[in-house]
Amino acid sequence: MNNLNADIFIKKSHRNIQIRGNKFSGDVVFKKFLFFSGLCIIILFLAIFLSLVLNSIPSIRAFGLNFFITKVWSPPDRQFGALPFIVGTLATSFLAIIITIPFSFSISVFTGEFYKEGVLSNILKSMIELLAGIPSVVYGFFGLFVLAPVIRTLEMKIGVLPYGVGIFTSSLILSVMIIPFSASIGREVINMVPADIKEAAYSLGGTHYEVIRSTVIPYAKSGIFAGILLALGRALGETMAVTMIIGNSDFLPHSIFSPANTMASVIANEFTEATGTLYLSSLIEIGVVLFIITGIINILGKIIIKKLMVEI
Amino acid sequence: MNNIFKRTVKDKAFKYIIVLFSFISVVPLIFILLYIFKNGISAINLKFFTHLPKPVGEKGGGISNAIIGTFMIVIIASLVAIPIGIIVGVFLSENKKSRFAEFVRTSTDILLSIPSIVIGIVAYIWLVKSMGDFSALSGGIALAIMMLPVIIKSTEETLKLIPDHLKEASLALGVPYYRTILKVILPAGISGIITGILLGIARIAGETAPLLFTAFGNPFMNINILRPVNALPLLIYNYAMSPYHQWHKIAWGAALVLIILVLILNIIAKIVIKKWKVQF
Repeated sequence: MNNLNADIFIKKSHRNIQIRGNKFSGDVVFKKFLFFSGLCIIILFLAIFLSLVLNSIPSIRAFGLNFFITKVWSPPDRQFGALPFIVGTLATSFLAIIITIPFSFSISVFTGEFYKEGVLSNILKSMIELLAGIPSVVYGFFGLFVLAPVIRTLEMKIGVLPYGVGIFTSSLILSVMIIPFSASIGREVINMVPADIKEAAYSLGGTHYEVIRSTVIPYAKSGIFAGILLALGRALGETMAVTMIIGNSDFLPHSIFSPANTMASVIANEFTEATGTLYLSSLIEIGVVLFIITGIINILGKIIIKKLMVEI
Repeated sequence: MNNIFKRTVKDKAFKYIIVLFSFISVVPLIFILLYIFKNGISAINLKFFTHLPKPVGEKGGGISNAIIGTFMIVIIASLVAIPIGIIVGVFLSENKKSRFAEFVRTSTDILLSIPSIVIGIVAYIWLVKSMGDFSALSGGIALAIMMLPVIIKSTEETLKLIPDHLKEASLALGVPYYRTILKVILPAGISGIITGILLGIARIAGETAPLLFTAFGNPFMNINILRPVNALPLLIYNYAMSPYHQWHKIAWGAALVLIILVLILNIIAKIVIKKWKVQF
């Protein structure tokens, strides 16, 4: 009886060892599987880039580099130049950044330095998070029906053509939309400033303002810049809100109140109506440019933040 | 003495300016929420959720097809993006230093930064052009590409925080590597992963741009994933840009529904991260 038990035990443990052996080879498969999944992401990225470039070849062939400096966008004449949209994109994005800087800087200092904890900063933080959660189409809807009429009366008062929609209106909405991005990064880098430096400045008799100006900001400078850069990346690629309130005009804008089109909004407006390969591929080429610009800006921002983290 | 007075005044002024600007930036949010609530609530009733949209001129009409469509597209996107995203996240957190992983990480960052409209173009080229028709499937894939990097990032960040000794203890007990990952590491980080999924869904539920030329929109009810469908954000866009007052009202209602949906997802995500947080 005892013998039999021992026998069964030995058999069982043999089987166990065999199963274990299989499982170890399972590990190899698992690791390969993980590696392969990583490869898929790289392939996905390359495939996106390649199929965009391939599909814009007709336009690249037809216009070459002139595509970026031609200011005529006229589908009936098969003339496509992206300059109006490049100008429109740069104008809306930079205007939005300029408007947003004082606000997002204040929020970063408020939540990162003045009130690190407590009800007030928690409320502010969740409100800013909420701002990031609102879908872009809702911003556009609000801009079109509430902000545009306000801007129209303003335009009548200062004596420009009262379109209501246009670059200025889009910049205002954009500036609200990008506050969360720059503010959260700003807060993080301000939080990273070592306490001993600040304490040293306080012990020298500095006021709160002087400490912030002379130690916190110089220390967090590059991080704050990176936050602004990432917000700029957002603003450049933002589509729906801008599409709804920029006024959809294919001409070169001549003032910040005139209606225009950004690179993203012209794609959104005209892609489904684009007839002919050249028209479609011109729109796709604009998409390629947008893709490359936002990609570079984002990588740049990430590199700056990484460098800052290593330094600290 | 005068100098000190000046400095304190400057200090106080700076503080008040910071506080003032911080709270001014919240004003637009309050305005937006109030407007949408005020205009949206009057459009919402039971019929709003159960009826199809009506042609211009007829009173009433609902957004049932858009709600169904949004759910379809989000489910398709989740089915594609969640498994792949978690696996890649595991890969990145397990290979912190390797060169190849660095490439994968950069690709993920770039994927995250692609403007949504460009993803729409890609989905159009890949799926709509080859299948010859706009479809819910192509919209779902477009949103999956948007959701994927969010899930990868959150999974990686969560798993990075899990201490190594947990893994080492499991391996020391003779548990194979893959079981260690599946039964020890992933469960320990589940709250972070679920939060990432919820935030990913919240991100794509309100996306319009990639759907413009993939899901396209459809005034009728459709549950075939190979046919065009309507979605809440698409409906808001189309109705808001229309000249009809009646449609604007429906759009306000749809905007309210969409915002509440996104808000609920965000709140659940916050609760999950607070309640389920595994302490080490």
